[in-house]
Amino acid sequence: MRILVVGGGMGGTILANNLARRLSGELKSGKASITMLSASEKHMYQPGLLYVAVGKMTPDELYRDQVSLLESSITFRVDPVTKFNLKENNVVTESGKQYDYDIIVISTGSRTFAEGTPGLAENALQFYTEADAVNMYKRLQHFDGGKVVVAVGVPHKCPMAPLEITFMLADYFRERGIWDKVQMHYTYPIGRVHSLEPVAQWAQPEFDRLGITYETLFNMKEVTENKVISEEGTEAEYDLLVTVPSHKGMQVIEDSDLGAGGFIPTNRTRLNIEGYENAFVIGDTTNLPISKAGSTAHFEAEALAENIASTIKIGTPVRDYDGKVFCFIEAGEGKATYAMFNYQNPPNPKAPTKGIHWFKTAYNKMYWASARGLL
Amino acid sequence: MECNVAERKVVDAKNTFCPGPLMELIGQMKMAEVGDELEILSTDQGSANDIPEWINKVGHEMIDSFEKEGVWHIVVKKAK
Repeated sequence: MRILVVGGGMGGTILANNLARRLSGELKSGKASITMLSASEKHMYQPGLLYVAVGKMTPDELYRDQVSLLESSITFRVDPVTKFNLKENNVVTESGKQYDYDIIVISTGSRTFAEGTPGLAENALQFYTEADAVNMYKRLQHFDGGKVVVAVGVPHKCPMAPLEITFMLADYFRERGIWDKVQMHYTYPIGRVHSLEPVAQWAQPEFDRLGITYETLFNMKEVTENKVISEEGTEAEYDLLVTVPSHKGMQVIEDSDLGAGGFIPTNRTRLNIEGYENAFVIGDTTNLPISKAGSTAHFEAEALAENIASTIKIGTPVRDYDGKVFCFIEAGEGKATYAMFNYQNPPNPKAPTKGIHWFKTAYNKMYWASARGLL
Repeated sequence: MECNVAERKVVDAKNTFCPGPLMELIGQMKMAEVGDELEILSTDQGSANDIPEWINKVGHEMIDSFEKEGVWHIVVKKAK
């Protein structure tokens, strides 16, 4: 049984390690094999970029060698896929090789698509890549006051990022002693300040308390050098623009005609690609209307690994992915909270505490144990 | 003779909390072509209010909105 995992981010790594442990006997006897294809020999802890953008972490803290995170029984190759041929059960890679499989898991992730909004990439600060996060911090260092606008595209990775960057920027300006010279203005695509209603009910009074203004039902249409124009017909002038841009799936997904926008139609409980019993998707690559977040990929990976292993051992999957998501929320002022929910149970976040912030800070270091499947 | 028949795509956002039905619809509308129809399914009663509010504000066309067996079906047409 040849299992091919495409993508070495959080989802692919947790899945491959979990599967390698469940199938240790089959791997030793040669009855099964696991191969991972990735675009990079490095694995990045992506949530850390938020901290890099405000000078709380440096990029070197965010990387490990991918091979050091994987069980030794997994074959790892840096050779990105250039074409998925699901009907023929194979992929073709950048090196020109063809990899045949019996089961494939696609976890290629998503990427920012600022260029989809005219003027955004040229005028806004972003923090979703190492270069962008470092650039943002360097620009912040030379900002001495004025109007800061936070603008949010759809869809975007990490649903808490718009709130977190807003509260963390407020902290940054306070620590620099220029808060009285800064006017922060938060915009959001739907009719409240966060998609999760309980989170919005907590965040809006926090904005009021801090003097952060906000505008909802604000979707970026166009950005000039000093203002953001919304689809809804309003404008927000800025001196400094920070964006959580819209995201797309990877180009290879679109090139292989697997899904519009690079997101693959996926069964919400079994995580198989619609129409295929041996092809699965996890993480940002799915088209599921749930949070694009590391924890989503994590919980999907655990459920899918269990099902692939049980299918190999007893011929049938044993559980459904229940839609579980867990998101920390950095709330500023040294506090944090979290939201946990699934398809059936809505979130009920508690008031932010210093203890949860410390735990999140610790998790930034413990992530590597999570990727290895130990946490 | 050509006949332009609008494509209707169903977006199943039942039992999802984040990003939620409206955010999902906004994302899907960006990928749609002018004239396409989208039908969003939602178990969130608030969708029956906030989706039409956004549609009206942006200037898309509201085609239908009804509740059936606890699921809201909201059909919109991309107008621009």
